Amino acid sequence: MIGVGQTRHASKRIDVSIAGLVREAALAALADARVDWADIDAVVIGKAPDMFEGVMMPELYLADALGAGGKPMLRVHTAGSVGGSTAIVAAHLVMAGVHRRVLTVAFEKQSDSDAMWALTVRTPFQLPVVAGAGGYFAPIVRSYIERSGAPPDVGIQVAVKDRLNALRNPYAHLHLADISAEKVAESPMLWDPIRYLECCPSSDGACAMVLAAEDSLGSPHDSPAWIHATAMRSEPTMFAGRDEVNPLAGRECAADLYRQAGVTDPRRQIDVAEIYVPFSWFEPMWMENLGFAPEKEGWRMTASGATAMEGDLPVNPSGGVLSSNPIGASGMLRFAEAAMQVRGQAGDHQVEGARLALGHAYGGGSQFFSMWLVSTQKPDR
Amino acid sequence: MAREVAVVAFAQAPSVRREDRLNEVEMLMPVVREALDACGLTRSDIGFFVSGSSDYLAGASFAFVHALDAVGAWPPIEESHVEMDGAWALYEAWVRLQHGDIDTALVYAFGKSSPGPLRGLLALQLDPYLLAPLWPDAVSLAALQARVLLDAGRLTEADMAEVASRSRRAALDNPKAQLRGETAVEALLAEPYLVSPLRRHDCPPISDGAAVVVLAAGGRARSLTARPAWITGIDHRTEPHALGVRELAASPSTALAADRAGVFSAPVDVAELHAPFSHQELILREALRLGGRTLVNPSGGPLAANPMMVAGLIRIGEAARRVMDGSARRAVAHATSGPCLQQNLVCVLGADSG
Repeated sequence: MIGVGQTRHASKRIDVSIAGLVREAALAALADARVDWADIDAVVIGKAPDMFEGVMMPELYLADALGAGGKPMLRVHTAGSVGGSTAIVAAHLVMAGVHRRVLTVAFEKQSDSDAMWALTVRTPFQLPVVAGAGGYFAPIVRSYIERSGAPPDVGIQVAVKDRLNALRNPYAHLHLADISAEKVAESPMLWDPIRYLECCPSSDGACAMVLAAEDSLGSPHDSPAWIHATAMRSEPTMFAGRDEVNPLAGRECAADLYRQAGVTDPRRQIDVAEIYVPFSWFEPMWMENLGFAPEKEGWRMTASGATAMEGDLPVNPSGGVLSSNPIGASGMLRFAEAAMQVRGQAGDHQVEGARLALGHAYGGGSQFFSMWLVSTQKPDR
Repeated sequence: MAREVAVVAFAQAPSVRREDRLNEVEMLMPVVREALDACGLTRSDIGFFVSGSSDYLAGASFAFVHALDAVGAWPPIEESHVEMDGAWALYEAWVRLQHGDIDTALVYAFGKSSPGPLRGLLALQLDPYLLAPLWPDAVSLAALQARVLLDAGRLTEADMAEVASRSRRAALDNPKAQLRGETAVEALLAEPYLVSPLRRHDCPPISDGAAVVVLAAGGRARSLTARPAWITGIDHRTEPHALGVRELAASPSTALAADRAGVFSAPVDVAELHAPFSHQELILREALRLGGRTLVNPSGGPLAANPMMVAGLIRIGEAARRVMDGSARRAVAHATSGPCLQQNLVCVLGADSG
């Protein structure tokens, strides 16, 4: 990964079109990589459902803005994990030797529609949830709290920590300088136990990266983030006996990732993690799913401060999805922020000495997972 | 040097105007079963799954999520999805197989156009600020393209009718096709215009359908079937979206993809072209430099059945089938996406892997 770019994220980016939004991120990534449009062999773009903007297969319209004329262009869609899986598809093009430099972009312009509506369309063969993502996930969070015996304020601690981290990230959507545990606790209960301030915002934004083969790198200035492993896993939305709190697909995805990179003790070996936490309680849940903590113990990492900036495994130093949520781009932002950490380019939210970083995304009903591990060091192959 | 990858099985649902009784999963399940049975694999043998579909056809976001049930995702599977025709899903699978850690991939595509007003719906693919608000429907845009060709003297309306007549005659041998029959060119030309200069026969039927292709690499492919259809080249290219900056009478992206995929290095026995409108076959024949020795769309092509998000993958399956049954040594498949052939994929399949 030799170049990264992201937009300023906001609830309404009415200053740009959809094309302007993706171009803002793409131009920043090209500049960071010190390459030009002509150096790009292919474009891989991802976003969440087309109905969020009302444009069917927008890669067709966005070909012009992303300089894709005469080039291959792929459009990935794997629900909320799409930002991550888009980056993985792009990485595979380079790793397979098909292309030498690939531009990958993910975006969402949520202000163009109402995601709640777009997620609750009535179809002939299934019961609509009519409750948005929060309504879907609240029972799963309740189940986690009951199962783990976690104190009720762990979610509040995550919400405060990520918003404080976001104050160090100039691109973040939410800059809540007066955030406090009291404020989160007093915010309206939307879907018990998820309070308003324990939810992600609805954002307009985009993220882009340039991925390159080693032999296409220029001078040492490139200081790439080396991709050590990529993994994707999926499981069905519903069936009797499925563990939605600690999904097997997530556990197997992480195990595959660690195996590829030779990671045997993720808690000790991984220095920083950018993981997909759209509702506060997903931090402790994913700590367990990703193997950083034993089952029922993930909340202790949050409670002890282990996941804070100064902890032994900082989680979401960028402020995470709780601070910026352009849905289709949210996963790629996790991957990009992980890469920024090992490149030492995270500015005020840089984790000192970060060498190995995890980017994580999930989607659907906690059923689609995509992850990558990036490092300062070139992998031994 | 790319790893050897071949099509080892292809199956498709019958394309029909309106599949009211089955949802997408129910349409896919027997097709998945047929494709796996054809190469003697089970779901647990598959290393990677990838699908192509569009939410806008189903009229619901995340339409592909439920389609996972068609392949069964338990225990969890390695899986991906493109919001494109299944031909591009096959491309992703081909790339994934290049890594060498897995040997098999299953590609599926599905699309039911019947629930919505397809012709107008496709206007939502256009620039949402400058073009879509005018609601130029898909047939009207294709008619503009045909008019460019007619005005340039590159073809006649009789040439277009000939393509339609030949396609539907060829479909007589294709039990999965939707439209088939003997139709005289003179009779077709006596019909009224739908959108001048296009008559109904110049346009594809609106179809519901589904298809599955199984890919395997190297020795695994050889062990699964006597005659794998080796993918000797595959490439895809897009063009700018704005119609005003495109040369509508040609398909430079197809020509470029064909060159990169190695189409021009040897004669082509069979070509399956995703030309939804009759005049587009002539554009693609030129871009692919196909002469009289090449049999074009023996399946009947998209003028006989055109399930959206599936028809491109069917072209690859149909071309592969002819290599696998020995009737062709070298075949070319083409898939398209977007208005007036904006984005194009070319896949070369051969009886020999080299």
